[in-house]
Formats: sequence, C-alpha cells, structure tokens
Amino acid sequence: MNGHPEDATDASFDGSLPKTPTGIAGLDEITQGGLPKGRPTLVSGGVGCGKTLFGVEFLVRGATEFGEPGVLMTFEETPAELVANVRSLGFDLQGLVDEKKLSLHHVHIDRREIEETGEYDLEGLFVRLGYAIDTLGAQRVLLDTLESIFSGFNNEGILRAELRRLFRWLKERGVTAVITAEALGERLSRHGLEEFLSDCVIRLDRQMTEDVSTRRLEIVKYRGSGHGTNVYPFLIDRGGLSVLPITSLGLEHRVSRDRVSSGIPRLDGMLGGGGFYRGSSVLASGTAGTGKTSIAAHAARAACERGERCLYFAFEESPDQIIRNMRSIGVDLQPWVDRGLLRFHAARPTLHGLEMHLTTIHKCVEEFQPSLVILDPITNFVMSGTPTQVKSMLIRLIDLLKTRQITSLFTSLTEPDGSLERSEAGVSSLIDTWLLLRFVESNGERNRTLYILKSRGMAHSNQVREFTISERGVDLVDVYLGPTGVLTGAARFMEEARERARASAQEEELEARKRELARQRLAMERTIAALHEEFQAREEEFQRLIAQEQSRQTIERTDRAKLAHLRYDHGEVSDSSEERMDTVGTGEQDGN
Amino acid sequence: MATEYFDLTNLDPADLEGDEEEGPVWDLRLYVAGQTPRCISAFANLKRLCEEHLEGKYRIEVIDLLANPQLAEGDQILAIPTLVRRLPRPLRKVIGDLSNTERVLVGLDLRPL
Repeated sequence: MNGHPEDATDASFDGSLPKTPTGIAGLDEITQGGLPKGRPTLVSGGVGCGKTLFGVEFLVRGATEFGEPGVLMTFEETPAELVANVRSLGFDLQGLVDEKKLSLHHVHIDRREIEETGEYDLEGLFVRLGYAIDTLGAQRVLLDTLESIFSGFNNEGILRAELRRLFRWLKERGVTAVITAEALGERLSRHGLEEFLSDCVIRLDRQMTEDVSTRRLEIVKYRGSGHGTNVYPFLIDRGGLSVLPITSLGLEHRVSRDRVSSGIPRLDGMLGGGGFYRGSSVLASGTAGTGKTSIAAHAARAACERGERCLYFAFEESPDQIIRNMRSIGVDLQPWVDRGLLRFHAARPTLHGLEMHLTTIHKCVEEFQPSLVILDPITNFVMSGTPTQVKSMLIRLIDLLKTRQITSLFTSLTEPDGSLERSEAGVSSLIDTWLLLRFVESNGERNRTLYILKSRGMAHSNQVREFTISERGVDLVDVYLGPTGVLTGAARFMEEARERARASAQEEELEARKRELARQRLAMERTIAALHEEFQAREEEFQRLIAQEQSRQTIERTDRAKLAHLRYDHGEVSDSSEERMDTVGTGEQDGN
Repeated sequence: MATEYFDLTNLDPADLEGDEEEGPVWDLRLYVAGQTPRCISAFANLKRLCEEHLEGKYRIEVIDLLANPQLAEGDQILAIPTLVRRLPRPLRKVIGDLSNTERVLVGLDLRPL
C-alpha cells in the first residue's frame, strides 16, 4: 500500500481547500462551501437524528444539482426500505438509479453465517465499492453506518486496520464520501472511527428542552477550513434537511417602498407618515399588559380593511379570547374572520419543537398567502429551545416572509426587571421596526408609553408618546416633559390643565391691557376735546369782544352824528366837536 | 510448496473435483482477490481439507474478484478470502486463510461444535 496517500490529496496550505457543495439548505453556508472535496466526512449522531437522510440528500443533490453521480452503500437498511423511507421527503432514489445517476448497494452481514479461521482482509468490500464507483463514474459515496461491519466480524484489530485503509483508499479514489456512525454518549462513534476520519466531522443530535425536541447540527472538526462553530438547529421536512444558519440571512429579496398602515394613525405619523414598509419585520416588545396584542389587532384590522389577508399566530390566547378582548377596545375582528381575510392559528409554543413550528408556519403561509403575518408572542418559543435556536428559527421565518414580501409583526414579552433589551438582543438585528412599549410609573399610577427604538429606512419620530387604550381603540398622545421626566396619565392631565390656566391668565392680562389702552385713548380724546372746547371758548370770547367794539364804535358814530346834528342846530362848526372828541380820548388815556 | 496452485484464476474447477460418487455434492466457492499469499494458502488449505473429509463429493469454484468485481455483490463478499458453501443448504461462509482446520470443519458443518 502507498505509505502516505494523504499527501496526494492533502489540502494546499494556502487555505483554498476545494469543497464539494452538499446542496443541503444552509449547510454550505456554515461550511463555507460544502464538504472537503475528495475526502471522507464523518457524520455522527444517535438513533433517529437524520444521519442517513443527511447522506442521502448529499447524494441526491449531487446527482440532480451538481452532476455528480453517487454510490450509496447501506449496511443496515435494504435498498427497498431506503427508497421507501426517503420518498416522503421528495427524493426519488429509484428514478435516479434508473437514470444511472445513483446506485444502491446493500451489504448484508449475518454473523451466524460466518466462521472466521485465520487471517483475512476486507478486500471484498473494496472491490465491490470500487466496482460501483467505476460503473457510474461516481464522485460521491455514502457508507451508511459502516460500523455495522463490526458486528459481523470478531477480529476488531483487522477491522480497524482495514477501515483505516478504506478511508485512505477513498481519498486516493478522489471521491467525496459521507460515512455515518452511531454516536455513543460523548463518543462520536462506537468504534472510534473519528480517529481515522480527521478531515471533517459533523455531529447531529436531538436536544430535549422541556420535553420539546430540536434537531441540531454541529461541525465538530473541519481541517483546513473555517466553519461555523455554533450548534445549528435543523429541520427535516418535505424538502429534506435544512440547516438554519445563524449569521446569514438570505439578503437577496426585493424590498418594497410601499407603506402599509399600522392601523394607528398617530403611529403611522411617527413612522414618517406612511406606516411600516411592506415586507418589513416589526417587533412590538414590552412588559405584560403594555398593549402588544392591541397593536397587533390594529395592524390586523388595517390589513383586512385594505382587502389583504392576515395570518395571526396566537401562542398565548385562544382566537376567541383575542376577538373578545379586542372588541372591548373597539376593534372588531370577527367580521374579517367571517370574510376569510383573517385567519387565526393557535398553538402552544411548547406543543412542538421549533422545527415543527417553522414547518407549520411555512405550510400555513403557503396555503393562505397572507400579506401580514402576526406572531403573538414569540417569547414563549424561548421555552422550546435555546435563544440561539429561537433566533435561527426566527431568521428562517423572517427570511421566508421577506422573500414573499409579507409584512411580519412579532410581539415579545419582556421581563419587568429591567432586562428590557436582553430578551430581544438575539433578534433585534433581524427587526426593521422596533416599537418599545413601557410602563412609566409616577404619581401612583402606571401609564403606557410607546417609542420607536428603531425603524430602518425611514425618518421616524424620536418622541416618546403616551399610549392610551380606550373603548375606541389605541391612540397615541403627546407626553409632557416635566422636570422629573416624561409626564403621562394624570400628571399629563394636570400639566395640561396648568397649561390651560397659564394660557387663560395671559389672555386676561392682554384683555386688561387692551381695555386700559382704550381707556387711555378715551381720556386722551377727552382732553383733546376739552382743549378744543377751551380754545373754542376763547375764540368765541374774542369774537364777542370784537363784536362789542364794533357795536360801541357804531353807537359812538351814531352818537356823534346825533351831536353833529345837534351842533348844526346851534350853528357851530363840526371841528370844535372833533376837538372835543380828541380831548375826551386823551383824557381817557391819561386815566389808564 | 503450493506452487502448483499458484495460478488460481486459470484453474479448471473440473481438475479439482473429486470423482462423482453417491451422496450430496458439496458445492464450494472460494473468493479471492488476486494471488496474494493469503489467498494461495487459503486455497491450499481448502484443497487439503476437502481431500481429507469430502473426497470425491466436492466441487470448488475459485472466483477472483479483481477479475470479476461484479461477483462480489451476489454472495455479499466483504472479507477475502471467503469460502462459501453453496450446497448443501443452508449457505455458510468461512472467512480467512482456512489455516485453522477445526474451525473450518465447524464452519462447513462437517463437524459439530
């Protein structure tokens, strides 16, 4: 045997390890391209973890999507069983066999038939596999639970040596192989295959959290390549496996500039006037009783009023209860349910595992084709898995909805002990618009406030608004900023009253000043009138004096005429009379 | 010492058969992969054993999987060398170089445990 066959196919040290895409949704992203090309990969897992399915999908995708024929060698199930088992997942193995893209081989080992005497090797297996590979020109190989051969032979030393040789041989052949192994407790395989398969090891398991099972996948080892180090939840559904990559969101979806109303006019106003973007993800989070469901109900009603369909996943309350409660705040959802525009889907989050929920949601969305999906609340999913699992599930969900331009509204219950952002930390990066609802406690009462923590791609209000719920529905009221902070409720009311009082006082003062001015004007006018009168009086006096003088002169002239007439009678000349007059005048002046 | 059997692939099974006699014929098939020392010694051991215990009522067919790889599937051959007892039924397999005669006899049901 070639002493160092690894050298021939070992990775170049520049990091450009050639990879074979698996075609399994999400896995190629985690592994940055797929499995190591031309090398064997160990897939380890307990019973029912999906090892076989992993391998089968690897072959099927290779044959159908990447033009790489595959050889499936099963040591446990018969080909007929296998074909039947994976048919439900949409894999037509028989069809691929007929097209010469796949060959199925069953290695049957019955210990009772076999007696061992002396030295042997497993050349028969090599020959058989080599022949199968050559016949199809296969580039992919699945050895499903290779370790089963340990049950068929006694000499473990020989088997281990032969398996080591097998893996080297597979590398020499340049086929990309998946070898499944049954995990035993902490061990990746019953017989330590991981010692020989050091290039890439993937572990599958199921985790039970509060009686809910979640499938998980972990890249334990990937020599010569970077890979995601998390434990990733994965699903098995009609399309096969899908691993939920935690960091990558399918960011290829078209985005809409359309706005859809939140159903609360003032909230639309805070969001730059139009509401949410169609197809965006909205999170309304807050402590218990802050009105998260009310916001959801308004959005649902608004969607239905636009003639759009809304799918409402209720994880805490029954649909009837939601309808009844929302009717009490003036939002009647029943007519929309009756008209088929609103559909409720209620289930306890703990009822299924996360993957089952995702599958259910996926199925409902496919069937109903809604334009708005509400999940109320997402908090309880935390009970169904770890935050990481929940996050990855939500990533998948948001991804799914966004690619379909479906607006999503999530509500989330936060703990009242100040860890407001903590529970959302996991999902916040996925959320486009985040409404935060809080209680503000002051003056012996609790009042709801709402503000927009973020809203991508739109100018949005930075204001805290008081959030009121009445029988007419939800409304937002401006809050007052007092010396102790935001004022809400009664305090706001007081402040408003004070404001009103202040305003009316000011008004009164103005009025008073106006009256004062009017009075002054009156006074001034009166003074002017008085002066006018006085002046008139003087003028009249003056005129009177002039008139008196004239009349005196007239009288005097008359008198003089009379005197002249008299003098004429006495025969005297008028000169002397004039002389007398002058004398009279002089005499008068002297008197002054 | 086993040089006369060296060219296993070219052996005519008829040469190896014992004389036709009464009783069931043991139909044996020995799978090998090339002419490795182990395969050669397996054949030698088998031949000796048959002569001793099944004289005249056995038939040995040697199949070299390197020449006929497609034949590995039919009899579910993994280990090399593998001796398959095709007749009498039921099917029995003995793997290894057949050096432990006792175990081969047990394996072929020629001797009870």
